[in-house]
Amino acid sequence: MPPISRRTAIKAFGATLGAAAFARALAPLSNYQEGMSAEEFIQNHYKELSDEDMLKVLKRLEAETLKEYGAEVSIKDVKPMDGVQFGYALNLSVCIGCRKCAEACHKENNHDRATNNSYIRVMEMKQGSMDLEHGRAIYEDAVPEPGKYYMPVQCQQCDNPPCVHVCPVEATWKEKDGIVVVDYNWCIGCRYCEAACPYHARRFNWARPEIPAEEVNPVQAYLANRIRPQGVVEKCHFCLHRTREGRLPACLEACPTGARVFGNLLDPNSEIRWVLANKRVFVLKEELGTHPRFFYYFDE
Amino acid sequence: MSDTQHAVSYPRFLLHSFIAATDGSRAFYAWMTFLTALMLVGANAWAHQVVEGMALTGMTDHVSWGLYIANFTFLVGLAAGAVMMVIPAYLYDDHEMHDVVIIGELLAVAALVMCLGFVLADLGRPDRFWHMIPGLGRLNWPISMLTWDMIVLNGYLLINAHIAGYLLYTRFLGKKPNPRWYLPFVFLSIAWAVSIHTVTAFLYSGLGGRPFWNTAILAPRFLASAFVSGPAFVIVTLQIIRKLSDFKFGNGPIMTLLKVMRVTVLLNLFLLAAELFTIFYTGGSHVAAAQYLFFGLHGKSGLVPWIWTAIALNTIAAVMLLAPRAKTHMTWLNVACVITFVGVWIEKGMGLIIPGFIPSTLHEIVEYSPSLVEWKIMVGLWALGLMIYTVLLKIAIPILTDQVKVDTK
Ligand code: SF4
Ligand code: SF4
Repeated sequence: MPPISRRTAIKAFGATLGAAAFARALAPLSNYQEGMSAEEFIQNHYKELSDEDMLKVLKRLEAETLKEYGAEVSIKDVKPMDGVQFGYALNLSVCIGCRKCAEACHKENNHDRATNNSYIRVMEMKQGSMDLEHGRAIYEDAVPEPGKYYMPVQCQQCDNPPCVHVCPVEATWKEKDGIVVVDYNWCIGCRYCEAACPYHARRFNWARPEIPAEEVNPVQAYLANRIRPQGVVEKCHFCLHRTREGRLPACLEACPTGARVFGNLLDPNSEIRWVLANKRVFVLKEELGTHPRFFYYFDE
Repeated sequence: MSDTQHAVSYPRFLLHSFIAATDGSRAFYAWMTFLTALMLVGANAWAHQVVEGMALTGMTDHVSWGLYIANFTFLVGLAAGAVMMVIPAYLYDDHEMHDVVIIGELLAVAALVMCLGFVLADLGRPDRFWHMIPGLGRLNWPISMLTWDMIVLNGYLLINAHIAGYLLYTRFLGKKPNPRWYLPFVFLSIAWAVSIHTVTAFLYSGLGGRPFWNTAILAPRFLASAFVSGPAFVIVTLQIIRKLSDFKFGNGPIMTLLKVMRVTVLLNLFLLAAELFTIFYTGGSHVAAAQYLFFGLHGKSGLVPWIWTAIALNTIAAVMLLAPRAKTHMTWLNVACVITFVGVWIEKGMGLIIPGFIPSTLHEIVEYSPSLVEWKIMVGLWALGLMIYTVLLKIAIPILTDQVKVDTK
């Protein structure tokens, strides 16, 4: 070992200084770590949680919501029912573009208030054209406007969902009733699914959602409308916390014109089956082979 | 040499490497301090981004990938482009190239670390990166192209680190390397270099809903530009090394790389032209994004100056590289290489990623420009890459010039 020279001493000093500076630069991360529990960090994928684990996770999530948002909520894990395949249909002849559905979605799903987020985007389209290039999503004039029709777009719950294929960690998948869901505690926030979705149906939490405690919808489910963490992707889940218990999606209940039809595609007596059998139905971007479960139709 | 001797000499090798990497002239310390300062800026910006969220970036749900993924894509090319030294050195037995090939392999190592850094910077939840580790997480393999990309990038990193490390170690011992321990990896690395950029292209071209990317020549285009930017960077590096260190070598490797670039720079422009022909002559759904990129659409034209700058740079570079002067005037050549490098960085970075999102899938036009935080993180990661590359070269050059050898005292 050579004796410690002046040069070595200076180098050691420099290295210490550098390391200290890095510690300073990264200091904000300690806030981040504080807000996160060890259980959250090591939590397993949804499909790997036993019933017991799930109960613990739900309790923890409820406690976190109370602590961070001041809201008492109940979070359940609602499973798909047997013999049910959900489908949605929308009558473009009666939709007036009022965006009541988008507003209901915003509230039902505990979306961030500041960004006015919603899973639904209503396109104002030129009559006679199905080309989205001749539409716009932002319009402030009175509706319905002559010469226009309105096309709400939300997750099409594709039967062949590109968003699911691209996810590197299986944080998003198709459930057996056809609903494509996201495990908000498994998603790494790469946004590949957002790039892959042809319908602009996915939303990323660019920041922590802000909602006043009194506006939080307390009826929540793990894969549905619970308040999402920052840095993960979310999407329309056909209000599975309602529909899997026999109720209707919030957007449908809010629609003043009855443009929306929701139901079980396997039930031959359902209204949605009647629409599919008797109307001229089409799906968006059929050529991409995504096989949507969201159907559009016009009255003749 | 027996295992016990390795047990002694390998730690020595590491110690010498450590000394070589931390010892140097005043200029070296100044350079490292400068890079450290830039890294600090980047690290701090990243810490804020993690805590406050990706809202600090300029990205939106409409343009959900930006500067980070643009740099990532370009750097995969830079890593793959280094193979343009490996092929002449090993496949064509170009001896002069053989002497310096390690400079390319080390570049690949540094570029790949940067790639992984940019992916990490782009994650909304970097604390969950372990979900991608096989065994611990749930890797969606073989369906997701992103998992393929992670596997091939890490594999390429390991292959190059192994080849370079093995060759340096044997040289340090003063022994002839055993071809069994590196030649198979060299040939593997050639195929692997092609695969990393092909898989990265498939990441985009596999998305049916994004017509701008959904084209079969995306992978060939990626490779062509990789084989332009890689040699460009190496030529300049070789000239700097020749000037600043005791590592002396002839013009041979530089001339070989110039020959490569004279072909690839034209090939790159040709493939771009082929793409543009299909887009603009056919029209249809493909045209809107290209229209936005080259001419602006509905009054929005954020990328137009970028892309025309890139095209101008690439064209000027092609002319400069093809000029006879490029062979004789080294400054001329260096300028041409820098121009090429910047041109490809724009074209295969922002020029490729952003138009994929504009117009959006519902034909909305939401523009993107990177925020200050994104620029800072980018600069920090480039500084990190340059620091890694500098350190690796500092270790390699004394060994390659036989200034550092094993001593058994
Ligand atoms: S519409 Fe988009 S988010 Fe919904 S299933 Fe299809 S690809 Fe996935
Ligand atoms: S953002 Fe989340 S859900 Fe989407 S692909 Fe990445 S990890 Fe999967």
